[in-house]
Amino acid sequence: MKNIKVLGSGCRNCETTANLITMAANQAGVEIELEKVTDIAQIMAYGVMSTPGVVVDGQLVHAGGLPGPDLIRQWISQ
Amino acid sequence: MFESLADLLVYRGLGLDPSSHVAAALHFFVMDVTKIFVMLVLVIYVMGLLRAFLSPERVRDYVRNRPDWQARGLAVTLGAVTPFCSCSSVPLFIGFVEAGIPLGVTFSFLIASPMINEVAAVILVGILGWKLAALYVAAGLLVAWFGGLIMQWFRPERWVEAYVWKIQMGQATLPERDNSLRGRNRYALAEVKEIVGRIWKWVLIGVGLGALFHGFVPESWVSENLASGNWYEVPSAVLLGIPLYSNATGIIPVAEAMLSKGVAIGTTLALMMSVAALSLPELLILRKVIKWQALALFVAVLAVAFVLVGWGFNAVTVSVLPG
Repeated sequence: MKNIKVLGSGCRNCETTANLITMAANQAGVEIELEKVTDIAQIMAYGVMSTPGVVVDGQLVHAGGLPGPDLIRQWISQ
Repeated sequence: MFESLADLLVYRGLGLDPSSHVAAALHFFVMDVTKIFVMLVLVIYVMGLLRAFLSPERVRDYVRNRPDWQARGLAVTLGAVTPFCSCSSVPLFIGFVEAGIPLGVTFSFLIASPMINEVAAVILVGILGWKLAALYVAAGLLVAWFGGLIMQWFRPERWVEAYVWKIQMGQATLPERDNSLRGRNRYALAEVKEIVGRIWKWVLIGVGLGALFHGFVPESWVSENLASGNWYEVPSAVLLGIPLYSNATGIIPVAEAMLSKGVAIGTTLALMMSVAALSLPELLILRKVIKWQALALFVAVLAVAFVLVGWGFNAVTVSVLPG
């Protein structure tokens, strides 16, 4: 099962990103394991300074700003 | 163009008497709201297309391991053009510290970022003209430079929370950005949606306040109380701006209204900078990485800097005006 982590300490964009990912996964019928990482040390360990960051199966795929719907769909379907 | 639209809606459409307060306020509101939002969309889109995907991560890599003055110059200019959401203050601060970037340089970045952004600068040009836009940006860069420098003098290292020094930052291997025109177009559109979505409330509030000021505050009151040239006007403007917060763009219509009523340029600039640069939410977020002494110092240094800028510009413009 795909593991997707949303890195961010609770700002609005981080919440929205997590919701968008969940919705996209539901729409595509793909099961994912969504984790929200809020601990700052863990976030920084990925080298992310601008949240929200997104990690898919251990690989950093996005940092900073809301990801676009196409991008999210790409992550789900990969 | 926007003025004619406002004329049409307010005077013809609603049939209001142009000399009434309500009409003046509404006219201002309609004109500015349309003008600002159209400009916002255009500017953010174009900037989104042009921006070479500058991010705080890249800034950090550019700035680390450079001599102080170079690092500071880069931090200030890059801070002015990087998009930056307050929630990133903490990771950004930690990231910079972890890279060995001097705290003063980090503070310079934190000052420049919310206060100066190319979007607000372009809108400033559109609403208040080139000269004022250039003044605001120049003043902002100066304050960011010296503000960071002065913060450094106080050796703020002792006020940084202990855990910050222990964090190890990973090397971000971000995926290659799509630099094709389609990719850039998608990025630019997303930027427009995100930024307008984030600041439209501030713009409406700012224009609303500006409209009320424009429509209802008589010029005589302004020239007696806000433009009489008394020395305490600037510090009052700065103090007023500290608890208030608006996105840098939202404060522009308020400044426009004030200037049109005769408030001095320096006083207006001081208020603009004070409102944009100091925000309670951001300070609370920064509290997670620095102790309150550093926060208090940060606010104090900026307040003093804005007052000096305000006085400076007032003095210069007074001596330059004829008669």
